[in-house]
Amino acid sequence: MRVVDLEKATVRQLNAALHALAENTNETLWRVEHPGGQHALAVGLDAPVTVEIAGHAGYYCASMNQQATVVIEGNAGVGVAENMMSGMVHVKGDASQSAGATAHGGLLVIDGSASARCGISMKGVDIVVKGSIGPMSAFMAQSGALVVLGDAGDALGDSIYEARLYVMGEVKSLGADCVEKELHEEHRAELRRLLDAAGLNGTVNIDAFKRYGSARTLYNFHVDNAGAY
Amino acid sequence: MCGIVGLFLKDPALEPALGSMLAGMLEVMSDRGPDSAGFAVYGQGTPDRLKLTVRGDRLDGIVAELNGGVEGRLRDTHLVLTLPHSEEDRVRRWLANTRPDLAITGAGERIEIYKEVGLPKAVAKRFDLAGMAGTHGVGHTRMATESAVTTAGAHPFSTGSDQCLVHNGSLSNHRSLRRILEPAGMTFTSDNDSEVAAAYLSVKLRDGATLTQALEAGLKDLDGFFTFVVGTKDGFAVLRDPVSCKPAVMAETDRYVAFGSEYRALVDLPGIESARVFEPEPARVYAWERH
Repeated sequence: MRVVDLEKATVRQLNAALHALAENTNETLWRVEHPGGQHALAVGLDAPVTVEIAGHAGYYCASMNQQATVVIEGNAGVGVAENMMSGMVHVKGDASQSAGATAHGGLLVIDGSASARCGISMKGVDIVVKGSIGPMSAFMAQSGALVVLGDAGDALGDSIYEARLYVMGEVKSLGADCVEKELHEEHRAELRRLLDAAGLNGTVNIDAFKRYGSARTLYNFHVDNAGAY
Repeated sequence: MCGIVGLFLKDPALEPALGSMLAGMLEVMSDRGPDSAGFAVYGQGTPDRLKLTVRGDRLDGIVAELNGGVEGRLRDTHLVLTLPHSEEDRVRRWLANTRPDLAITGAGERIEIYKEVGLPKAVAKRFDLAGMAGTHGVGHTRMATESAVTTAGAHPFSTGSDQCLVHNGSLSNHRSLRRILEPAGMTFTSDNDSEVAAAYLSVKLRDGATLTQALEAGLKDLDGFFTFVVGTKDGFAVLRDPVSCKPAVMAETDRYVAFGSEYRALVDLPGIESARVFEPEPARVYAWERH
């Protein structure tokens, strides 16, 4: 295991060392000590390694991730796993705003809660939040799945495209063009797969979830709205 | 970008440590605002006596010249004058006439306000924030956007007795609001947009609104991005704009309520592991009052 102590090394040194890893590296486990809430920890990784962050992370932790597994053993700041392409990011505490924003792939698991704009403009990532999510989450979400075991704040899924939203608790309000939809077999299967991947195998009742998605009324120009332009 | 912090104590046993807690929080926010820093501390105060915080150079002989029951405590570039309420007009007049180079940063029975250009850690040290006691306080680290890097542009802004405001964000209608607030009796010491927000709240409070009502009115009238932390003699409140553009995280325990622009500002507070940590919702007033 490689240990990087951020009381001695800089974030630049940490990221440079992680970027230098070859695809077939043997240094597959890294531990980052004293992260101290610094920004841009373990960003832009592209190797099948695991990075453990031993504490709180600042903004954009593990953003642009490919292949790697990044575990944050505390809270994460704004934009954790932003624009992730593949791999996994696991936040053991809470996440701040815009968790998983614009992410194309991979899995983001948040053990605590996420605040506003969780999954904003998500483009294929899967996100599992074991707590609740804040207002304006999944705004303009395009594809992928957002699973929430707790509640969702105001304006969930505003202007959503084809992402699938599953919420077990209460939804304070739905955003424009976001509606509740029926939970079909394929959705149950997807939920089961994602809950298992998040380490919740068999502990959660799938039928307790409600599914939300696009009513698709904003997709095309409607002549009745001409006066609005 | 700016950094703001706030601390409101529920447990009187923590009061001697208010300054050291706030200083730690402020220093962590240096990356968000290296231009200048400032803070307000609500100390015990003395009944029937007013505190005026005066900022400037050559503060040595002022107390002697004022006499008439005026006492002073010098901290670097700031002098806190304590005086009977009946002396307020005379002292203010004397300052305006004899020492127009000085600025009054705050006035009230309990509030003291300190601000300077420079790194937050250095500013806190100059004034020995860590040695101050109190019930609540707010702090600000500034990265200037709407007006110049000057001490006058540093937060907190105080536009009413025992009131102060710190702001992260920028207001777009501050000029037009100013034209409404000036005829309503408000005077301004800077071109800063945040000072206008402070004056807006002062006018609402003067006209009888509660702190919560004043902030709710602000949601209608203040156009722009803001996270505000506001202090009054006995109150402490937080408000974010309707899209929560600027970051905010809070922690509440039985002993205190704490605010930070980022969670890392809160990590050294006692009992943070078991605190209720949350990000305030947009367009919702969070207020606490001392009884």
